[in-house]
Amino acid sequence: MSDEKKLAIIATKGTLDWGYPPFILASTAAALGYEVEVFFTFYGLQLLKKKIDVKVSPLGNPGMPMPMAMDKWFPTLFTALPGMEAMMTSMMKAKMKAKGVASLEDLRELCQEAEVKMIACQMTVDLFDLNPSDFIDGIEFGGAATFFEFAGDADITLFV
Amino acid sequence: MADFDEELDASSLNCPLPILRAKKALAGMSSGQVLHIIATDPGSVKDFEAFAKQTGNELLESKEAGGKFEFLIKKA
Repeated sequence: MSDEKKLAIIATKGTLDWGYPPFILASTAAALGYEVEVFFTFYGLQLLKKKIDVKVSPLGNPGMPMPMAMDKWFPTLFTALPGMEAMMTSMMKAKMKAKGVASLEDLRELCQEAEVKMIACQMTVDLFDLNPSDFIDGIEFGGAATFFEFAGDADITLFV
Repeated sequence: MADFDEELDASSLNCPLPILRAKKALAGMSSGQVLHIIATDPGSVKDFEAFAKQTGNELLESKEAGGKFEFLIKKA
C-alpha cells in the first residue's frame, strides 16, 4: 500500500533508557498503520542482539532521578564507582516491571510481529567485529543508501 | 456500558502496550464489532482518542470509574 504513512528511525544508543524510544515509537506507529523501518547503527546495534544486555548509567546523567534523593547529596564522582551502573540498572528494571513497562525484548518482538523492518548498519557491524549470528533473525544488513531508499519517502524521520 | 463483542483487560499495562494489545484484538474481529477495553494507564485516555482518529476505528465511549479507564471501540 503506497498511501501508507511511513516512519523512519535511526537508533544509535545502546543503553537501557535510550533503547525504549525506537521500539515504543516503531511499534505504536505500526499499530496506527504506518510502514516502519529502523536503522540500527553504532551502539544501537546492541538492541538487535538476541539477548539484549544494556545498562543505564548515572554517570554524566544529572537528570536521572536516584533513590533516597541521592542525586541531591551524592557527589557526582561517586557515580563512577564500580557497581553503580549494575545497581542503577537493576533498580530501573525493577521499577519498570512494577510500573507495567514492557521489557525491550517484548517491545522488539511486538515490532517484529507488526512487520517493522529492522536494518543493521553493515559498516558498524564490521567496525566493532560483531558477529551477525548474535543478532535476532529477520533483520537485514545495509548501509546509508539503504536507509535513504526508505527515508526518502518517509513522512517522519527520527534520529534517536 | 453498552454491548460489546470482545473484551480486553489492559490493566496495569503501560504505554504503548494498551494500544498494541487493542490493535491486536481488533485485528481478530470483524467490521462493526465492538471491543471493550479496560486500562489503568491515565495516558490511555488521550491515546485511544488518537488511535481511533488515525485508524478510522470509532471510539464509541470513553469513561473513568474507580481508577479504571474504559473504552468502547467499534472496528471500521
